Amino acid sequence: MNVLEFLSNPSDACRRGGPNDKIVFSSRVRLARNLTGVPFPGHAKKADRVKTFDLLMEAVSALPQMGQDPFSEGMDKLSAQDKQLLVERHLVSREHAQKNAGSGLVLNKEETVCVMVNEEDHLRMQALRPGLQLKQAWLAIDAVDTSLQEKVEFAFDSHYGYLTACPTNLGTGIRVSAMLHLPGLVLAEQINQIIQAVNKLGLAVRGLYGEGTEALGNIFQVSNQMTLGESEAEIVERINKVLLQIIEHEENARLFQLEKKPKVLLNHIGRAYGVLSHSHTITSKETMNLLSHLRLGVDLGLFGPTPKAVVDELFLISQPAHLQAGRNQKLDAEGRDALRADLLRERMKLLPPPDPAGLTERPA
Amino acid sequence: MQCHVCKKAEATVHLTQIVENQVKKVDLCEACAKEKGVNDPTGFSLADLLLGLGASQKMEEATTAAGTETACPACGFTQADFKKTGRLGCSECYHVFAEGLESLLKGMHKGTQHKGKVPAGQKRVSTSRNRIEKLETELKSAIEREDFEQAAALRDAIKSARKESQTA
Repeated sequence: MNVLEFLSNPSDACRRGGPNDKIVFSSRVRLARNLTGVPFPGHAKKADRVKTFDLLMEAVSALPQMGQDPFSEGMDKLSAQDKQLLVERHLVSREHAQKNAGSGLVLNKEETVCVMVNEEDHLRMQALRPGLQLKQAWLAIDAVDTSLQEKVEFAFDSHYGYLTACPTNLGTGIRVSAMLHLPGLVLAEQINQIIQAVNKLGLAVRGLYGEGTEALGNIFQVSNQMTLGESEAEIVERINKVLLQIIEHEENARLFQLEKKPKVLLNHIGRAYGVLSHSHTITSKETMNLLSHLRLGVDLGLFGPTPKAVVDELFLISQPAHLQAGRNQKLDAEGRDALRADLLRERMKLLPPPDPAGLTERPA
Repeated sequence: MQCHVCKKAEATVHLTQIVENQVKKVDLCEACAKEKGVNDPTGFSLADLLLGLGASQKMEEATTAAGTETACPACGFTQADFKKTGRLGCSECYHVFAEGLESLLKGMHKGTQHKGKVPAGQKRVSTSRNRIEKLETELKSAIEREDFEQAAALRDAIKSARKESQTA
Protein backbone atom coordinates (compact mmCIF):
# COMPACT_ATOMS: atom_id res chain seq x y z
CA MET A 1 0.00 0.00 0.00
CA ASN A 2 1.23 3.49 -0.79
CA VAL A 3 1.64 5.75 2.23
CA LEU A 4 1.49 8.96 0.25
CA GLU A 5 -1.77 7.95 -1.41
CA PHE A 6 -3.33 6.77 1.83
CA LEU A 7 -2.53 9.85 3.92
CA SER A 8 -4.74 12.91 3.60
CA ASN A 9 -2.99 15.76 1.80
CA PRO A 10 -1.19 18.23 4.10
CA SER A 11 -3.68 21.02 3.53
CA ASP A 12 -6.64 18.86 4.63
CA ALA A 13 -4.63 17.39 7.50
CA CYS A 14 -3.97 20.87 8.87
CA ARG A 15 -7.53 22.05 8.48
CA ARG A 16 -8.79 19.76 11.24
CA GLY A 17 -9.44 21.96 14.23
CA GLY A 18 -10.29 21.44 17.87
CA PRO A 19 -10.76 23.23 21.19
CA ASN A 20 -7.87 25.53 22.19
CA ASP A 21 -6.09 24.84 18.91
CA LYS A 22 -4.43 28.26 18.96
CA ILE A 23 -2.04 26.82 21.51
CA VAL A 24 -2.63 23.07 21.44
CA PHE A 25 -1.78 21.46 18.10
CA SER A 26 -2.94 17.98 19.03
CA SER A 27 -3.79 15.53 21.79
CA ARG A 28 -2.67 11.94 21.92
CA VAL A 29 -3.23 8.97 24.20
CA ARG A 30 -1.32 5.75 23.73
CA LEU A 31 -1.61 2.40 25.48
CA ALA A 32 1.17 -0.19 25.70
CA ARG A 33 0.06 -3.84 25.70
CA ASN A 34 1.76 -7.22 25.40
CA LEU A 35 0.53 -10.72 24.70
CA THR A 36 0.78 -13.15 27.53
CA GLY A 37 3.33 -15.96 27.21
CA VAL A 38 5.42 -14.38 24.44
CA PRO A 39 8.69 -12.54 25.15
CA PHE A 40 8.64 -8.77 24.58
CA PRO A 41 9.72 -7.74 21.04
CA GLY A 42 13.20 -6.62 22.12
CA HIS A 43 14.01 -10.04 23.56
CA ALA A 44 11.93 -12.27 21.27
CA LYS A 45 13.38 -14.67 18.72
CA LYS A 46 12.55 -13.85 15.13
CA ALA A 47 10.05 -16.70 14.83
CA ASP A 48 8.16 -15.44 17.90
CA ARG A 49 8.16 -11.90 16.59
CA VAL A 50 6.78 -12.94 13.22
CA LYS A 51 4.09 -15.06 14.85
CA THR A 52 3.01 -12.15 17.05
CA PHE A 53 3.11 -9.84 14.05
CA ASP A 54 0.84 -12.06 11.94
CA LEU A 55 -1.62 -12.56 14.76
CA LEU A 56 -1.85 -8.92 15.81
CA MET A 57 -1.86 -7.32 12.37
CA GLU A 58 -4.87 -9.41 11.44
CA ALA A 59 -6.67 -8.91 14.75
CA VAL A 60 -6.13 -5.13 14.78
CA SER A 61 -7.04 -4.61 11.10
CA ALA A 62 -10.36 -6.36 11.66
CA LEU A 63 -11.40 -4.17 14.61
CA PRO A 64 -14.58 -2.14 14.03
CA GLN A 65 -12.73 0.95 15.34
CA MET A 66 -10.24 0.73 12.47
CA GLY A 67 -13.10 1.23 9.99
CA GLN A 68 -13.16 0.18 6.35
CA ASP A 69 -9.85 -0.56 4.62
CA PRO A 70 -7.31 0.60 7.15
CA PHE A 71 -3.69 1.01 6.11
CA SER A 72 -2.04 -2.18 7.29
CA GLU A 73 1.56 -2.93 6.37
CA GLY A 74 4.80 -4.41 7.63
CA MET A 75 7.60 -1.93 8.24
CA ASP A 76 9.83 -3.87 5.84
CA LYS A 77 7.41 -3.01 3.02
CA LEU A 78 7.82 0.73 3.52
CA SER A 79 10.57 2.86 2.03
CA ALA A 80 12.73 5.09 4.21
CA GLN A 81 10.85 8.08 2.86
CA ASP A 82 7.43 6.58 3.64
CA LYS A 83 8.53 5.89 7.19
CA GLN A 84 9.79 9.44 7.58
CA LEU A 85 6.46 10.76 6.26
CA LEU A 86 4.70 8.83 9.01
CA VAL A 87 7.09 10.20 11.62
CA GLU A 88 6.49 13.76 10.43
CA ARG A 89 2.74 13.18 10.77
CA HIS A 90 3.41 11.89 14.30
CA LEU A 91 1.78 8.58 13.43
CA VAL A 92 4.76 6.37 14.25
CA SER A 93 7.64 6.89 16.65
CA ARG A 94 11.17 7.40 15.40
CA GLU A 95 12.09 4.08 17.02
CA HIS A 96 9.37 2.30 15.11
CA ALA A 97 10.47 3.90 11.83
CA GLN A 98 13.76 2.04 12.17
CA LYS A 99 12.06 -1.35 12.45
CA ASN A 100 11.80 -3.82 9.60
CA ALA A 101 10.38 -7.32 9.11
CA GLY A 102 8.25 -8.45 12.03
CA SER A 103 7.01 -4.97 12.91
CA GLY A 104 4.05 -3.21 11.42
CA LEU A 105 1.50 -0.47 11.45
CA VAL A 106 -2.29 -0.27 11.22
CA LEU A 107 -3.84 3.14 10.63
CA ASN A 108 -7.47 4.06 10.08
CA LYS A 109 -8.63 6.19 7.17
CA GLU A 110 -9.34 9.22 9.38
CA GLU A 111 -5.80 9.02 10.82
CA THR A 112 -7.26 9.16 14.33
CA VAL A 113 -6.29 5.66 15.48
CA CYS A 114 -2.86 4.23 14.83
CA VAL A 115 -1.49 0.94 16.13
CA MET A 116 2.19 0.00 16.06
CA VAL A 117 2.87 -3.73 16.23
CA ASN A 118 6.15 -4.93 17.75
CA GLU A 119 7.57 -1.59 18.68
CA GLU A 120 9.09 -1.77 22.17
CA ASP A 121 5.94 -3.61 23.24
CA HIS A 122 3.82 -5.97 21.18
CA LEU A 123 1.25 -3.21 20.83
CA ARG A 124 1.46 0.53 21.02
CA MET A 125 -2.04 1.78 20.28
CA GLN A 126 -2.69 5.48 19.97
CA ALA A 127 -5.59 7.82 19.36
CA LEU A 128 -5.01 11.33 18.05
CA ARG A 129 -7.24 14.38 18.10
CA PRO A 130 -6.68 17.98 17.01
CA GLY A 131 -6.62 20.62 19.76
CA LEU A 132 -7.09 19.82 23.42
CA GLN A 133 -9.21 16.66 23.51
CA LEU A 134 -7.42 14.30 25.84
CA LYS A 135 -10.52 12.69 27.25
CA GLN A 136 -11.97 11.99 23.79
CA ALA A 137 -8.66 10.51 22.68
CA TRP A 138 -8.54 8.31 25.76
CA LEU A 139 -12.10 7.06 25.31
CA ALA A 140 -11.35 6.25 21.67
CA ILE A 141 -8.25 4.19 22.40
CA ASP A 142 -9.89 2.56 25.42
CA ALA A 143 -12.61 1.26 23.11
CA VAL A 144 -9.98 -0.19 20.76
CA ASP A 145 -8.29 -1.87 23.72
CA THR A 146 -11.57 -3.34 24.99
CA SER A 147 -12.50 -4.84 21.61
CA LEU A 148 -9.04 -6.26 21.13
CA GLN A 149 -9.18 -7.97 24.52
CA GLU A 150 -12.02 -10.09 23.23
CA LYS A 151 -9.66 -11.59 20.67
CA VAL A 152 -6.28 -11.85 22.37
CA GLU A 153 -5.06 -12.22 25.94
CA PHE A 154 -2.83 -9.47 27.28
CA ALA A 155 -0.11 -9.94 29.88
CA PHE A 156 -1.76 -8.65 33.03
CA ASP A 157 -0.91 -8.99 36.69
CA SER A 158 -3.33 -8.08 39.45
CA HIS A 159 -0.60 -6.27 41.32
CA TYR A 160 1.43 -4.64 38.55
CA GLY A 161 -1.38 -4.22 36.01
CA TYR A 162 -0.51 -4.46 32.30
CA LEU A 163 3.05 -5.72 31.94
CA THR A 164 5.34 -3.77 29.62
CA ALA A 165 8.89 -4.19 28.35
CA CYS A 166 10.03 -1.07 30.16
CA PRO A 167 9.05 -0.68 33.83
CA THR A 168 8.34 3.01 33.17
CA ASN A 169 5.15 2.05 31.30
CA LEU A 170 3.93 -0.56 33.76
CA GLY A 171 0.37 -0.61 35.14
CA THR A 172 -1.95 1.33 32.89
CA GLY A 173 0.56 1.48 30.02
CA ILE A 174 -0.92 4.89 29.28
CA ARG A 175 0.95 7.87 27.90
CA VAL A 176 -1.17 11.01 27.63
CA SER A 177 0.40 13.86 25.73
CA ALA A 178 -0.33 17.15 24.02
CA MET A 179 1.69 19.15 21.52
CA LEU A 180 1.82 22.82 22.48
CA HIS A 181 2.90 25.96 20.67
CA LEU A 182 4.39 28.31 23.29
CA PRO A 183 6.12 31.25 21.58
CA GLY A 184 4.83 33.71 24.19
CA LEU A 185 6.44 31.91 27.08
CA VAL A 186 9.69 31.52 25.13
CA LEU A 187 9.81 35.23 24.22
CA ALA A 188 8.97 36.21 27.80
CA GLU A 189 11.77 33.88 28.96
CA GLN A 190 9.35 32.13 31.28
CA ILE A 191 9.51 28.79 29.56
CA ASN A 192 12.17 27.27 31.81
CA GLN A 193 10.19 28.12 34.90
CA ILE A 194 7.14 26.49 33.38
CA ILE A 195 9.09 23.39 32.38
CA GLN A 196 10.50 23.05 35.87
CA ALA A 197 7.11 23.48 37.49
CA VAL A 198 5.58 20.91 35.14
CA ASN A 199 8.44 18.49 35.85
CA LYS A 200 7.79 18.81 39.56
CA LEU A 201 4.24 17.64 38.96
CA GLY A 202 5.58 14.42 37.51
CA LEU A 203 5.06 15.38 33.88
CA ALA A 204 7.68 15.41 31.15
CA VAL A 205 8.28 18.22 28.66
CA ARG A 206 9.95 17.27 25.39
CA GLY A 207 10.62 18.54 21.90
CA LEU A 208 8.69 18.05 18.69
CA TYR A 209 9.42 14.38 18.08
CA GLY A 210 9.32 13.18 21.67
CA GLU A 211 12.11 11.80 23.77
CA GLY A 212 15.50 13.41 23.36
CA THR A 213 14.49 15.90 20.68
CA GLU A 214 14.91 19.65 20.53
CA ALA A 215 12.03 22.07 20.98
CA LEU A 216 12.10 23.41 17.44
CA GLY A 217 9.61 26.09 16.51
CA ASN A 218 8.65 26.67 20.16
CA ILE A 219 6.72 23.41 20.03
CA PHE A 220 6.67 21.36 23.21
CA GLN A 221 5.22 18.00 24.09
CA VAL A 222 3.87 17.53 27.61
CA SER A 223 3.17 14.00 28.85
CA ASN A 224 2.72 11.94 32.00
CA GLN A 225 5.61 9.87 33.29
CA MET A 226 3.95 7.79 35.98
CA THR A 227 1.73 4.96 34.81
CA LEU A 228 1.32 2.85 37.94
CA GLY A 229 -0.60 3.58 41.14
CA GLU A 230 -3.17 5.86 39.49
CA SER A 231 -6.15 5.12 37.27
CA GLU A 232 -6.29 6.20 33.63
CA ALA A 233 -9.04 8.72 34.39
CA GLU A 234 -6.95 10.32 37.15
CA ILE A 235 -3.93 10.62 34.89
CA VAL A 236 -5.96 12.17 32.05
CA GLU A 237 -7.65 14.59 34.44
CA ARG A 238 -4.40 15.66 36.08
CA ILE A 239 -2.59 16.39 32.84
CA ASN A 240 -5.64 18.17 31.46
CA LYS A 241 -5.63 20.52 34.44
CA VAL A 242 -1.94 21.26 34.00
CA LEU A 243 -2.42 21.93 30.30
CA LEU A 244 -5.23 24.40 30.97
CA GLN A 245 -2.86 26.27 33.25
CA ILE A 246 -0.06 26.28 30.70
CA ILE A 247 -2.53 27.64 28.14
CA GLU A 248 -3.46 30.43 30.52
CA HIS A 249 0.19 31.28 31.14
CA GLU A 250 0.88 31.33 27.41
CA GLU A 251 -2.07 33.64 26.80
CA ASN A 252 -0.90 35.96 29.56
CA ALA A 253 2.65 35.95 28.25
CA ARG A 254 1.37 36.96 24.80
CA LEU A 255 -0.73 39.78 26.26
CA PHE A 256 2.19 40.94 28.38
CA GLN A 257 4.55 41.08 25.40
CA LEU A 258 1.91 42.89 23.40
CA GLU A 259 1.47 45.51 26.07
CA LYS A 260 5.05 46.00 27.23
CA LYS A 261 7.13 45.17 24.19
CA PRO A 262 4.96 45.45 21.09
CA LYS A 263 7.95 46.49 18.96
CA VAL A 264 9.88 43.34 19.86
CA LEU A 265 6.89 41.22 19.01
CA LEU A 266 6.18 42.99 15.72
CA ASN A 267 9.86 42.83 14.85
CA HIS A 268 9.98 39.04 15.27
CA ILE A 269 6.87 38.53 13.18
CA GLY A 270 7.88 41.01 10.48
CA ARG A 271 11.35 39.51 10.15
CA ALA A 272 9.92 36.01 9.99
CA TYR A 273 7.67 37.12 7.15
CA GLY A 274 10.61 38.77 5.37
CA VAL A 275 13.01 35.85 5.57
CA LEU A 276 10.41 33.22 4.71
CA SER A 277 9.27 35.27 1.70
CA HIS A 278 12.71 36.04 0.30
CA SER A 279 15.23 33.36 1.21
CA HIS A 280 16.81 31.14 -1.43
CA THR A 281 18.16 28.51 0.89
CA ILE A 282 16.86 27.79 4.37
CA THR A 283 17.34 24.96 6.88
CA SER A 284 14.49 23.08 8.45
CA LYS A 285 15.45 24.40 11.88
CA GLU A 286 15.39 28.06 10.86
CA THR A 287 12.12 27.50 9.02
CA MET A 288 10.45 26.02 12.08
CA ASN A 289 11.53 28.87 14.30
CA LEU A 290 10.35 31.52 11.83
CA LEU A 291 7.06 29.74 11.18
CA SER A 292 6.45 29.78 14.91
CA HIS A 293 6.58 33.58 14.85
CA LEU A 294 4.42 33.66 11.75
CA ARG A 295 1.80 31.52 13.47
CA LEU A 296 1.92 33.86 16.46
CA GLY A 297 1.28 36.74 14.05
CA VAL A 298 -1.76 34.95 12.65
CA ASP A 299 -3.05 34.32 16.19
CA LEU A 300 -2.63 38.02 16.99
CA GLY A 301 -4.56 39.13 13.90
CA LEU A 302 -1.64 40.63 11.95
CA PHE A 303 -2.52 38.73 8.80
CA GLY A 304 -6.21 39.55 8.64
CA PRO A 305 -8.47 36.58 8.14
CA THR A 306 -5.65 34.14 7.20
CA PRO A 307 -6.46 30.84 8.91
CA LYS A 308 -3.63 29.30 10.92
CA ALA A 309 -4.06 26.11 8.91
CA VAL A 310 -2.07 27.89 6.17
CA VAL A 311 0.92 28.23 8.50
CA ASP A 312 0.44 24.75 9.96
CA GLU A 313 0.59 23.34 6.46
CA LEU A 314 3.92 25.13 5.94
CA PHE A 315 5.21 23.53 9.16
CA LEU A 316 4.35 20.14 7.73
CA ILE A 317 5.45 20.48 4.12
CA SER A 318 8.82 21.99 4.99
CA GLN A 319 9.82 18.78 6.84
CA PRO A 320 12.32 16.69 4.84
CA ALA A 321 10.06 13.80 3.77
CA HIS A 322 7.03 15.96 2.99
CA LEU A 323 9.23 18.35 1.06
CA GLN A 324 10.45 15.55 -1.17
CA ALA A 325 7.19 13.61 -1.33
CA GLY A 326 6.44 12.38 -4.84
CA ARG A 327 10.01 12.94 -6.06
CA ASN A 328 12.02 9.96 -7.13
CA GLN A 329 15.34 11.55 -6.52
CA LYS A 330 16.56 11.94 -2.98
CA LEU A 331 18.10 15.35 -2.38
CA ASP A 332 21.04 16.11 -0.13
CA ALA A 333 20.73 18.67 2.68
CA GLU A 334 21.81 21.52 0.43
CA GLY A 335 19.28 20.58 -2.24
CA ARG A 336 16.52 20.32 0.36
CA ASP A 337 17.32 23.76 1.77
CA ALA A 338 17.03 25.29 -1.70
CA LEU A 339 13.83 23.41 -2.50
CA ARG A 340 12.35 24.44 0.85
CA ALA A 341 13.13 28.11 0.18
CA ASP A 342 11.55 27.88 -3.30
CA LEU A 343 8.41 26.35 -1.85
CA LEU A 344 8.17 28.90 0.95
CA ARG A 345 8.66 31.87 -1.39
CA GLU A 346 5.86 30.56 -3.57
CA ARG A 347 3.46 29.93 -0.66
CA MET A 348 4.24 33.20 1.11
CA LYS A 349 2.93 35.12 -1.90
CA LEU A 350 -0.55 34.17 -0.76
CA LEU A 351 -0.02 35.81 2.61
CA PRO A 352 -0.47 39.60 2.96
CA PRO A 353 2.35 41.44 4.75
CA PRO A 354 1.81 41.73 8.51
CA ASP A 355 -0.34 44.72 9.38
CA PRO A 356 0.27 46.15 12.87
CA ALA A 357 -3.21 47.68 12.77
CA GLY A 358 -4.57 44.16 13.18
CA LEU A 359 -3.33 44.12 16.75
CA THR A 360 -5.81 46.71 17.94
CA GLU A 361 -8.67 45.26 15.96
CA ARG A 362 -8.37 41.76 17.29
CA PRO A 363 -6.43 41.43 20.53
CA ALA A 364 -5.06 37.99 21.34
CA MET B 1 21.94 24.31 33.74
CA GLN B 2 20.98 22.34 36.82
CA CYS B 3 22.36 18.99 37.93
CA HIS B 4 19.92 16.18 37.10
CA VAL B 5 20.63 14.33 40.34
CA CYS B 6 20.76 16.79 43.21
CA LYS B 7 18.82 19.48 41.28
CA LYS B 8 20.80 22.11 43.19
CA ALA B 9 24.31 22.64 41.93
CA GLU B 10 25.24 23.88 38.48
CA ALA B 11 25.85 21.01 36.06
CA THR B 12 29.40 20.94 34.74
CA VAL B 13 29.66 17.34 33.57
CA HIS B 14 27.67 16.64 30.42
CA LEU B 15 27.45 13.02 29.46
CA THR B 16 26.27 11.85 26.07
CA GLN B 17 25.87 8.19 25.28
CA ILE B 18 24.92 6.83 21.92
CA VAL B 19 23.10 3.57 22.28
CA GLU B 20 21.50 1.94 19.26
CA ASN B 21 21.70 5.19 17.32
CA GLN B 22 19.89 7.07 20.07
CA VAL B 23 21.52 9.93 21.85
CA LYS B 24 20.98 10.04 25.62
CA LYS B 25 22.16 13.06 27.57
CA VAL B 26 22.65 13.64 31.27
CA ASP B 27 23.90 16.78 32.99
CA LEU B 28 25.53 16.46 36.40
CA CYS B 29 27.37 18.61 38.89
CA GLU B 30 30.93 17.69 39.82
CA ALA B 31 30.04 16.04 43.12
CA CYS B 32 27.22 13.89 41.76
CA ALA B 33 29.28 12.91 38.73
CA LYS B 34 32.00 11.61 40.97
CA GLU B 35 29.54 9.75 43.14
CA LYS B 36 27.91 8.07 40.16
CA GLY B 37 31.27 7.15 38.68
CA VAL B 38 30.73 9.10 35.50
CA ASN B 39 34.48 9.61 35.09
CA ASP B 40 34.60 5.94 34.30
CA PRO B 41 32.21 5.66 31.36
CA THR B 42 32.02 1.86 31.49
CA GLY B 43 30.71 2.02 35.04
CA PHE B 44 27.79 4.20 34.03
CA SER B 45 24.96 2.14 32.73
CA LEU B 46 22.03 2.82 30.50
CA ALA B 47 19.53 1.48 33.01
CA ASP B 48 20.52 4.39 35.22
CA LEU B 49 19.91 6.83 32.43
CA LEU B 50 16.57 5.46 31.42
CA LEU B 51 15.08 4.63 34.73
CA GLY B 52 16.54 7.19 37.03
CA LEU B 53 19.91 7.17 38.64
CA GLY B 54 20.60 4.30 40.99
CA ALA B 55 18.14 1.98 39.29
CA SER B 56 20.59 -0.67 38.20
CA GLN B 57 22.29 -0.55 41.57
CA LYS B 58 19.05 -1.30 43.37
CA MET B 59 18.38 -4.23 41.11
CA GLU B 60 21.87 -5.50 41.60
CA GLU B 61 21.71 -5.28 45.37
CA ALA B 62 18.47 -7.16 45.39
CA THR B 63 19.81 -10.04 43.37
CA THR B 64 23.26 -10.32 44.86
CA ALA B 65 21.60 -10.44 48.26
CA ALA B 66 19.67 -13.45 47.05
CA GLY B 67 22.87 -15.20 46.02
CA THR B 68 23.72 -16.06 42.45
CA GLU B 69 22.49 -14.10 39.46
CA THR B 70 18.94 -14.99 38.61
CA ALA B 71 17.78 -15.71 35.09
CA CYS B 72 14.14 -15.75 34.04
CA PRO B 73 13.12 -19.41 33.52
CA ALA B 74 10.65 -18.39 30.81
CA CYS B 75 12.89 -16.33 28.54
CA GLY B 76 16.42 -16.56 29.96
CA PHE B 77 16.64 -12.85 30.63
CA THR B 78 19.24 -11.90 33.26
CA GLN B 79 20.11 -9.05 35.55
CA ALA B 80 22.94 -8.06 33.26
CA ASP B 81 20.51 -7.81 30.35
CA PHE B 82 18.34 -5.45 32.33
CA LYS B 83 21.31 -3.34 33.26
CA LYS B 84 22.30 -3.13 29.62
CA THR B 85 18.91 -2.37 28.07
CA GLY B 86 16.72 -0.98 30.84
CA ARG B 87 13.98 -3.32 29.55
CA LEU B 88 12.70 -6.68 30.73
CA GLY B 89 12.51 -9.81 28.60
CA CYS B 90 8.97 -11.10 29.09
CA SER B 91 5.98 -10.77 31.39
CA GLU B 92 7.34 -13.54 33.65
CA CYS B 93 10.44 -11.42 34.37
CA TYR B 94 8.29 -9.19 36.58
CA HIS B 95 7.84 -12.08 39.00
CA VAL B 96 11.40 -13.36 38.76
CA PHE B 97 12.90 -9.97 39.49
CA ALA B 98 10.06 -8.81 41.75
CA GLU B 99 12.23 -8.09 44.77
CA GLY B 100 14.57 -5.69 43.05
CA LEU B 101 11.79 -4.15 41.01
CA GLU B 102 9.59 -3.16 43.90
CA SER B 103 11.88 -0.44 45.22
CA LEU B 104 12.71 0.67 41.70
CA LEU B 105 9.02 1.06 40.87
CA LYS B 106 8.37 2.95 44.06
CA GLY B 107 10.75 5.68 42.97
CA MET B 108 9.36 5.72 39.45
CA HIS B 109 5.60 5.68 39.95
CA LYS B 110 2.91 6.96 42.24
CA GLY B 111 2.47 3.56 43.85
CA THR B 112 3.18 -0.06 43.07
CA GLN B 113 -0.40 -1.32 43.03
CA HIS B 114 -2.21 -1.06 39.70
CA LYS B 115 -5.37 1.03 40.07
CA GLY B 116 -6.43 1.31 36.45
CA LYS B 117 -8.28 -0.77 33.90
CA VAL B 118 -8.68 -4.48 34.49
CA PRO B 119 -9.37 -6.84 31.57
CA ALA B 120 -12.83 -8.40 31.50
CA GLY B 121 -12.81 -11.71 33.33
CA GLN B 122 -9.96 -10.63 35.61
CA LYS B 123 -10.86 -9.69 39.13
CA ARG B 124 -9.62 -6.54 40.70
CA VAL B 125 -7.43 -7.84 43.47
CA SER B 126 -8.03 -6.26 46.77
CA THR B 127 -7.92 -8.80 49.56
CA SER B 128 -4.74 -10.65 48.70
CA ARG B 129 -3.10 -7.35 47.80
CA ASN B 130 -3.92 -5.82 51.13
CA ARG B 131 -2.53 -8.89 52.81
CA ILE B 132 0.74 -8.59 50.92
CA GLU B 133 1.02 -4.94 51.79
CA LYS B 134 0.47 -5.71 55.45
CA LEU B 135 3.10 -8.44 55.35
CA GLU B 136 5.49 -6.02 53.74
CA THR B 137 5.20 -3.46 56.51
CA GLU B 138 5.66 -6.24 59.03
CA LEU B 139 8.75 -7.35 57.16
CA LYS B 140 10.16 -3.85 57.28
CA SER B 141 9.72 -3.54 61.02
CA ALA B 142 11.15 -7.03 61.57
CA ILE B 143 14.26 -5.99 59.68
CA GLU B 144 14.47 -2.83 61.74
CA ARG B 145 14.27 -4.92 64.92
CA GLU B 146 16.94 -7.14 63.41
CA ASP B 147 14.63 -10.09 63.92
CA PHE B 148 15.87 -11.97 60.87
CA GLU B 149 14.18 -15.24 61.63
CA GLN B 150 10.82 -13.52 61.58
CA ALA B 151 11.86 -11.52 58.50
CA ALA B 152 12.72 -14.69 56.58
CA ALA B 153 9.36 -16.22 57.43
CA LEU B 154 7.58 -13.06 56.32
CA ARG B 155 9.55 -12.93 53.10
CA ASP B 156 8.44 -16.47 52.26
CA ALA B 157 4.86 -15.60 53.15
CA ILE B 158 4.95 -12.62 50.79
CA LYS B 159 6.36 -14.75 48.01
CA SER B 160 3.65 -17.37 48.29
CA ALA B 161 0.94 -14.71 48.63
CA ARG B 162 2.20 -13.11 45.41
CA LYS B 163 2.11 -16.43 43.64
CA GLU B 164 -1.42 -17.00 44.85
CA SER B 165 -2.64 -13.64 43.68
CA GLN B 166 -1.13 -14.28 40.26
CA THR B 167 -2.68 -17.67 39.76
CA ALA B 168 -6.02 -16.53 41.15
